[in-house]
Amino acid sequence: MLLNGIETMKFLIHAPRYLFFTGKGGVGKTSIACATALQLSEQGRRVLLVSTDPASNVGQVFGVSIGNRITAMTAASPNLFALEIDPQAAAQAYRERIVGPVRGMLPDAVLKGIEEQLSGACTTEIAAFDEFTALLADPALIASYDHIVFDTAPTGHTIRLLQLPGAWSGFLEASKGDVSCLGPLAGLEKQRTQYKSAVEALADPHRTRLVLVARAQTATLREVARTHEELAAVGLSQQCLVINGVLPSAEAEQDDLAEAIFLREQAALTAIPDSLKSLPRDLVALKSFNLVGVDALRRLLNVVGDTPCTEAGIELPSSVHAPSLSSLVDDFAAEGHGLVMFMGKGGVGKTTLAAAFAVELARRGLQVHLSTSDPAAHLAETLDGTVHNLTVSRIDPREETDRYRRYVMDTKGAELDAEGRALLEEDLRSPCTEEIAVFQAFSRIIREADTRFVVMDTAPTGHTLLLLDATGAYHREITRQAGASGLIEITPMMQLQDPRQTRVLIATLAEPTPVLEAAGLQDDLRRAGIEPWAWVINNSVASSKPHSPLLKQRALNELREIEVIAARHARRYAIVPLLKQEPIGTAQLLDLSRLDVASK
Amino acid sequence: MKTIQVFEPALCCSTGVCGVDVDQTLVTFTADVNWARQNGVAVARVNLAQQPMAFAENAIVREFLERAGQEALPVTLVDGDIVLAGTYPARTDLARWAGISLTAAPNPQGCCSGKKCC
Repeated sequence: MLLNGIETMKFLIHAPRYLFFTGKGGVGKTSIACATALQLSEQGRRVLLVSTDPASNVGQVFGVSIGNRITAMTAASPNLFALEIDPQAAAQAYRERIVGPVRGMLPDAVLKGIEEQLSGACTTEIAAFDEFTALLADPALIASYDHIVFDTAPTGHTIRLLQLPGAWSGFLEASKGDVSCLGPLAGLEKQRTQYKSAVEALADPHRTRLVLVARAQTATLREVARTHEELAAVGLSQQCLVINGVLPSAEAEQDDLAEAIFLREQAALTAIPDSLKSLPRDLVALKSFNLVGVDALRRLLNVVGDTPCTEAGIELPSSVHAPSLSSLVDDFAAEGHGLVMFMGKGGVGKTTLAAAFAVELARRGLQVHLSTSDPAAHLAETLDGTVHNLTVSRIDPREETDRYRRYVMDTKGAELDAEGRALLEEDLRSPCTEEIAVFQAFSRIIREADTRFVVMDTAPTGHTLLLLDATGAYHREITRQAGASGLIEITPMMQLQDPRQTRVLIATLAEPTPVLEAAGLQDDLRRAGIEPWAWVINNSVASSKPHSPLLKQRALNELREIEVIAARHARRYAIVPLLKQEPIGTAQLLDLSRLDVASK
Repeated sequence: MKTIQVFEPALCCSTGVCGVDVDQTLVTFTADVNWARQNGVAVARVNLAQQPMAFAENAIVREFLERAGQEALPVTLVDGDIVLAGTYPARTDLARWAGISLTAAPNPQGCCSGKKCC
């Protein structure tokens, strides 16, 4: 569609009042939300931009300090207003509402325990949703805006919980003590009717459009397809797909790595999941410029006028002086045995890194067991039986979670009425459940680490460990096992806290949001008394010596993040290069561990 | 009729969903509480994570927490006095405190109605 002679992105055509952007950290939701708000406001609409990005740079983008109040972006557009909600601060305020009144009345250790209960991802999400609700359900506040643009969206799990009548009756009659994951709701201030009208606004296609933001990567697209299906199922029917940061074809001619990335992205787009095919789709090209400033934002969503990148003069250091994955393996191999766990958000390549680490250990003649929970597990299967000293096993997260759910419903659920069962079923769909089910399966393998190396592509969060430990659940479990075998009691938490037995490696990408998310995971582990041993920076373009101007710019941005990781976050770190070919098979996995082969 | 109050440890999910295993004690206790309530006994369950104020406002429970720590929960009060600590009451306990017979009423939703319960 042409507007003012410029072709417009499909997701902006006939934009309804509310626009929500969703996608995993680092795909560029906030940038696209900012550009959208700016574009709409320049069409003469009054727009409120709401950011809940913990890495929010909305203020920086527009050159204004914003914070938790509606602020005019006068310099950008007279019609543009912005508000930043810090979900962590919202969660903190919520915890304070529960704990504050009893501070000084109950022992500190008790207060700490309660605070931990309220420190999970669910609490943060529900607290942020509580803030949304104020905007969505307050006609007086929003009457003056034509559009409200949110750079995030609630998950299907949160919406379903709020839709369940049992959730509300449960928490209102708290004395029944039958509320479970809805615990976090108990301290919320809003009335049920306000949540109801917020959920209705979300599900109304005339009022709300959901924009799924992804990258042209198979794993990311798969994840977006799941989000799409889940949110469509709870009534958010009007959805669009935006694929951000697509490498332009002209760039592919610049060097081999760029060409390899281009081909990989195009292949991922061709094989896009079926459920996403029917959605209106826009592609946003990778830009060489940093998305700071109003001019940069204006150019982000331009379809035409995308000139090939001509920026020359980007100087990269001739080589990146950084430790390789192999050097980390050197440090660890001498121990002879132990547990290695890779932890990180989805899509950073934990499984690949775990496999590379395991192959490196096995190559040194050490006995290694690689255990993966990757649903595709394609990579692990290609390894099984092909590398001497290495055994591979696989845990299917879906199977483990289903089994756990069935078990809980058959035991605990057997006594409940229909409403109670519906609520329990929803609790069992929470992300914690899968984490617990998978970790439970892993904890059977953990014990092998006494005699050889065990490498895993997942780890429980500190929050989960603390909760499990607090309820004594582990203790009981272990006592039961010890009773049978006569072993001394060591809980998985104790094993994970002991640096001689366990090393947790944090996997990340050298991009601002993923680094911030990784730092969050690290803080969470530290709360549980676990000090991550090292960070591994995956898919690094900087260490692949690119020639294409776009990739050089990306490499330059990466170097800045690597500096931040080295200076602020990691006790030690390693860099893993982005390879031309997908790292499948032993030879490529070994290449990942070394930095001198990247330009091959 | 006596009032029975059970002050429970902080549980993220009082269903025990978040545990390594579903806690059989909680399953059984939930069923026993339902049984007692069906027989007209007033039994209240109070979760530390959700109602800390109820702990703080009860002098006996607060003192118990200070002395024994939260690891010593649950603690059960009958008409305001501690009768049991460190473990959940059994159905026989509930019946004895309430002064009702164990076979007081038909129990269609008994503990063993769940396939894997007992």
